[in-house]
Amino acid sequence: MTAATVRRLHPADLARTASVGLRTRRMRAALSALGIAIGVAAMVAVLGLSASSQAGLLAEIDKLGTNLLVVTPGQSITGDAAELPTEAPGMIARIGPVETVESTGAVDATVFRNPYIPAYNTNGIGLAAASLGLPDAVRTSVAAGRYLNAATARLPVAVLGSDAARHLGISRIFPDQRIWAGGQWFYVAGILNPATLTQNINNLVLIGYPAAEKYLNFDGHPSTVYVRAATEQVADVFTVLAATANPQSPSEVKVTRPSAALEARAAAQSAFNGLFLGLGAVALLVGGIGVANTMVISVLERRSEIGLRRALGATKGHIRLQFLAEAVLLAAIGGAVGVAAGTVATASYVSIKSWHLVVPPLAWGGGLGAAVVIGATAGLLPALRAARMQPTEALRTT
Amino acid sequence: MTATGAAVLPAGGPRTDEPVLELDDVRKVYPGASPVVALDRASFTIHRWELVAIVGPSGSGKSTLLQVMGTLDRPTSGTVRIVGTDVASMSDRDLAALRATRIGFVFQQFFLAEHASALDNVADGRLYSGTRHRARAQAAAAALRRVGLGHRMDHRPPQLSGGERLRVAIARALVGNPDIVLADEPTGNLDSVSGAAIFALLMELHAEGATIVVITYNHELAGRLPRRIEVLDGCLVADVREPRPAAPTDGHRP
Repeated sequence: MTAATVRRLHPADLARTASVGLRTRRMRAALSALGIAIGVAAMVAVLGLSASSQAGLLAEIDKLGTNLLVVTPGQSITGDAAELPTEAPGMIARIGPVETVESTGAVDATVFRNPYIPAYNTNGIGLAAASLGLPDAVRTSVAAGRYLNAATARLPVAVLGSDAARHLGISRIFPDQRIWAGGQWFYVAGILNPATLTQNINNLVLIGYPAAEKYLNFDGHPSTVYVRAATEQVADVFTVLAATANPQSPSEVKVTRPSAALEARAAAQSAFNGLFLGLGAVALLVGGIGVANTMVISVLERRSEIGLRRALGATKGHIRLQFLAEAVLLAAIGGAVGVAAGTVATASYVSIKSWHLVVPPLAWGGGLGAAVVIGATAGLLPALRAARMQPTEALRTT
Repeated sequence: MTATGAAVLPAGGPRTDEPVLELDDVRKVYPGASPVVALDRASFTIHRWELVAIVGPSGSGKSTLLQVMGTLDRPTSGTVRIVGTDVASMSDRDLAALRATRIGFVFQQFFLAEHASALDNVADGRLYSGTRHRARAQAAAAALRRVGLGHRMDHRPPQLSGGERLRVAIARALVGNPDIVLADEPTGNLDSVSGAAIFALLMELHAEGATIVVITYNHELAGRLPRRIEVLDGCLVADVREPRPAAPTDGHRP
């Protein structure tokens, strides 16, 4: 029994001694934990919001369908604008897995609300001939009035894309509503909702193919073909589309998949997070400094407690671990509160946007982990200082 | 040493001939512009089951002596042996373990944790000797009953009188069944009635087998103890034993 052995504290005892400072100085502990909490909450909210909005966007893309392919003319070898053959939609429709084919053909004419608008004031509005099933193919719908039908497609009747309607200052439909298109009056039959997948449609004024040919000398060449294919065979259709649309010169045909672009945009959205994450990290750093400050003061104030513990048989290691654990505990509490606050903030914003709540594990795990690491870093120096204190010095009362 | 720690008596009964604490030519100098010799040529031996008073005026080196005896500080020269082991050869870590199991301290300021109950305060006395929480609480309850505070276990120090707080501190020193208890000016903050009661308690504990060293400036109280070591200006000037040193009685009267 001459050589007494050093015993390590049981984890429960360590937790008990580590929480002494927090239990006896609650206000101070709460305030320094708050600093950590704000930083973690900011990070969790940023990551949660971006993940939720991304999930929301992907869900929207899913709803719009990922099987839409868009065929447009590219450039000819000489660099001029190419044309799609007039037979292109018909030929594309003969590809097996293709479900629907709709098209628009750009008409070289300008659209104004009335003839008195200066010619340069086009607002970028385009005029196009459109097939009759277009809204369905691009998953949009009629906001007011009605779309073209077999009868109105032959008459000077137009349907406005959502942006075009806004630019023309037309928000509702009433009889005798007219616009000045290509040097003559067209009656407005309806207004479309925004088309998310194919946003170029939004700033178009659509008229029927027969009407375009009859009133505006349209040559009948489609400028954009919208193709819906069986979802599992979209990739196959994609590869044959160019050759089918223009067998003579497939290289002059451009095929795109709009949903892919939107998905890329969803992924790119997280790039903006860098800035906010940086701000969160700064808040966390400041919180860490707060914890360090609290621990330094705590060590100074609790000199006699340190001395007593040394007299009771605590080693330097015991003291070091106690204060380190206290700092980690403090930061972890802050981190947990921060994760909760960040999640609540995300949830409330998400509920307004009616997205699904997504808090990625990286957000809460990373937030909590960062808090613990910061706590350990902040507590290290004060803990070393506490452990270095000589028992006699610690027990001195004056 | 038993885990429950209910008994104050060492297992196997006290052996009065065994030296528990030995100081041999101990010298302690505090360095500085004008070095202070706080302790010079201090040599004495304290055997098991002794009750010793170290008496001296303020500034005579008593506190230094306590720190050196308690291994809280190392002497500048000379030898300190605790239960036969020379502490000079021990690391800081081993000294901590030694304090955890062999030495109990009662400080003048008590150093009780104000937020914790008397029971928890006493239980902390065994925190660093590897005793589990439940066993610590049991030992603490026994020690508190032993010092007459069985009815105050759940009270926190601010709810206790000065004498009761001192009893808590004594219980904490005893709870680990140490080989020796070092009490620094225990009655310094008490009135004479409470002080006398505490001395009666120390006599009782001594009678049950505890080895206790009391450091005090109070010659009158020290005079009632079986052995007195007098300190003056860092030197031991007297080591007085009563005719019957190891026969304290329960019926101690002032």
